[in-house]
Amino acid sequence: MPAVVRRYLLRRLALLLPTLLGALTLVFFLIHAVPGDPVEVMLGETAGAADKEELRRSLGLDQPVYTQYRNFLAGVVTGELGQSLYEQSGVAELIRARLPATFELALCALLVAILLSFPLALLAATKRGTWRDRGALLFSLVGLSMPNFWLGPLLIILFSIQLGWLPVSGRAGLANLILPSLTLGLGMAAILTRILRASLLRVRNEDYVQAARAKGVSETQVWLKHMLRNALLPVITIMSLQFGSLLAGAVITETIFSWPGIGRLTIQAIQTRDYPLVQGCVLAIAVSYIFVNFVTDIFYRLADPRITYGD
Amino acid sequence: MATERWFYIGIGILLLFAAAALLAPALAPHDATRQDLANDLVSYSIQHPLGTDKLGRDILSRLIYGARISLTVGLATVALSVAIGLVIGSLSGYFGSWVDQLLMRLVDILMAFPGILLAIAFTAVLGPGLDHVVLALCLIGWTGYARLVRGEILSLRERDFIQAARALGCKPSRTILHHLVPNLLPPLVIQATFGLAAAIIAEGSLSFLGLGVEPPTPSWGAMLNEGRQFLLVAPHLTAYPGIAIMLTVLALNLVGDGLQQKLEPHDH
Repeated sequence: MPAVVRRYLLRRLALLLPTLLGALTLVFFLIHAVPGDPVEVMLGETAGAADKEELRRSLGLDQPVYTQYRNFLAGVVTGELGQSLYEQSGVAELIRARLPATFELALCALLVAILLSFPLALLAATKRGTWRDRGALLFSLVGLSMPNFWLGPLLIILFSIQLGWLPVSGRAGLANLILPSLTLGLGMAAILTRILRASLLRVRNEDYVQAARAKGVSETQVWLKHMLRNALLPVITIMSLQFGSLLAGAVITETIFSWPGIGRLTIQAIQTRDYPLVQGCVLAIAVSYIFVNFVTDIFYRLADPRITYGD
Repeated sequence: MATERWFYIGIGILLLFAAAALLAPALAPHDATRQDLANDLVSYSIQHPLGTDKLGRDILSRLIYGARISLTVGLATVALSVAIGLVIGSLSGYFGSWVDQLLMRLVDILMAFPGILLAIAFTAVLGPGLDHVVLALCLIGWTGYARLVRGEILSLRERDFIQAARALGCKPSRTILHHLVPNLLPPLVIQATFGLAAAIIAEGSLSFLGLGVEPPTPSWGAMLNEGRQFLLVAPHLTAYPGIAIMLTVLALNLVGDGLQQKLEPHDH
């Protein structure tokens, strides 16, 4: 591995640690941001004093804040995130059971975004200025402006209620994945369409494109092999940045479609005021988000030798 | 030019919603919170052109009052975020060295956290309420402005007019406020326009999850959430607030694109 790459990796790793610590600290203080007594909020005012004391002790809230913080960090390192108030299992087990569903949804949403945006952007760039181009831009604008908490119900009305083609909710098979993936992926498809179209138009007049045409390479080959490949870089940047957001955005999509992922678990925990579980869920999503961004950033820098490591 | 036309269409839509928000008491045909259980889930009538909800409340009136919530939360969030970002970014860019290092690492750390998740978590523990929503959205919202302001100041700092102001003995506060801020306004206004769209969607998301304003205050996100239970029998409950949010955000995106072309044409 070249020294410059190694130095970059070390620097990126050095930044990862304070970032993770910052996220953990924010999550730790969540429970302390509860106005009043968190134990009373969780159990309700009518709970007995003994029950309150028991919960306070089990959550460690009877200890000084720095001891709580130290124990919290130690717990995160050992994977011990405490006990859910209402479920009969640990927070870490509940999260482990739900994470795969969320990753499955986020990956499918990414796939939807690619499948929609690539043909649209190519169509728009090759037919620049025509109604096809304007249509693709309109799709992008509407996709960017459409919140997923509206798109989801609209898709349910059309495909589940009116046409009866797809199930409304749950996670029983491939058919259940389609509507949630569309809901989560459309926003990203809109962004990618815009970026890829602009990027294609930028490389259109490059020398290598002219050279390929002059050599007699077919127009399809010029677009797919010479232009698309070179126009992909900003698209990959955005894709890697946005994949993490898909994990966070899944909270709403999972709630709409009763998708049994960690986003829905978070909202259920919020509704039952199960704060240890809320804390665990937020922690899991945030740490996944940070790691996904870290890995995609490294992967993308290593994949493209033209990127400098100076910044 | 096509973009020019769309820019004015965006401005027109925004003015319409702003007028609805400002003149809500005069424009709304009914009291937005008055229940009329005998007339629940009406889809259309002369008294209720956009129908009524489960509690018989007039949808049109709730939409008009909902514009107030969306725009107030959006504007308050953006104003507060820009103010914090301006201060932090100016300090960071103007003074450089360890101040810059410290503040920008803080920005890096906060930006690494998914914003909407933090907002969900904080409104969940703080409890519902407009002020809590604004606070939760500002927690991370300011970071983008701080980074933008810092970058602009770094490039402006070395320009002749700033060097001249410094050489003439201008105090840092005066240099920042009178010489730097006016020059970084265009990019800031563009980012704030897109930021307003994001804040309106975020408020809608929080209200949709039951974490925004407290019922019975009408909010577009909360109306969508209530309508979700009646998708089969009353799809209009979901349709209208969704159209309102989409139109507002669409208009802001159009205006943002237009401003970008007008104020920063060299970037296109």
